[in-house]
Amino acid sequence: MEIGLAHYLTVGAILFTLGIFGIFLNRKNIIVILMSIELILLAVNINMVAFSAYLNDMVGQIFALFILTVAAAEAAIGLAILVVFYRNRGSIAVEDVNTMKG
Amino acid sequence: MGLQALFFYIFAFVAIASAFMVVASRNPVHSVLFLILTFFNAAGLFLLAGAEFLAMILLVVYVGAVAVLFLFVVMMLDIDLGRIRSGVLEYAPIGALVGVILLAELIVVLGGSFVSPQVAQNVGVPIPDFAVRSNTAALGDLLYTDYVYFFQIAGMVLLVAMIGAIVLTLQHNRSVKRQDIATQVARNPQTAVETRTVKPGQGI
Repeated sequence: MEIGLAHYLTVGAILFTLGIFGIFLNRKNIIVILMSIELILLAVNINMVAFSAYLNDMVGQIFALFILTVAAAEAAIGLAILVVFYRNRGSIAVEDVNTMKG
Repeated sequence: MGLQALFFYIFAFVAIASAFMVVASRNPVHSVLFLILTFFNAAGLFLLAGAEFLAMILLVVYVGAVAVLFLFVVMMLDIDLGRIRSGVLEYAPIGALVGVILLAELIVVLGGSFVSPQVAQNVGVPIPDFAVRSNTAALGDLLYTDYVYFFQIAGMVLLVAMIGAIVLTLQHNRSVKRQDIATQVARNPQTAVETRTVKPGQGI
């Protein structure tokens, strides 16, 4: 059976769903939520590369490169905020993030 | 083609299984290690799709930098594992519900959609033949010409992220003495020297 666009899109969809599921599942641990966001961005990248290969268009890979850049920056800032938060509160649970009473 | 399909299924299966272990693992360190495994297999998928440079960048940037950063933070924070895992199944039903609905929607959309043949005629930049121009060179041809402004903006994003992360996490230790050059240079004899008249037989 030929591996086509649908196979890659299915893998991307499952990874995306697992990322969403992880955000709901790990309410006590922001680190795993950040990892889930990385999974979601990875799924987006798989879709980009799959369409790039399917349509024979180079621009999809360029865009995937920029997504990688933004994901790396987001992980760095997110982890920095997490470290500062842990220093102040001594916890990384989502339910403890209530200083601003939002 | 059989070999390609075999490798696709291996990479896809291991990527999905390890992605599930990322969200379901009890220990955050295991989560990070499974995340690294997911990235490795996604890089394999990228290779199969013909995006070699992105596959290597995924390994270098994600496995080499981001995942190690996660590992550092996980080990730096002293996390109480028992408390983290205490209420984990509390949110599992609603998470599974949202996940199943989302997956069903994605399957409906992707399964029911098709790519119009018109799209194939509107290709912006066709991928050159690998024998003529390698993937990395073709990506560079495009990135440093048509997309050079976006490339610069990406560099700015990374710079801002770097400065932001440093500013957020830097803490000044008050017990460490630091040299303040401006204050030293601004000293003059009036502020540095004090003259007192001392009477004989007495101290100050």
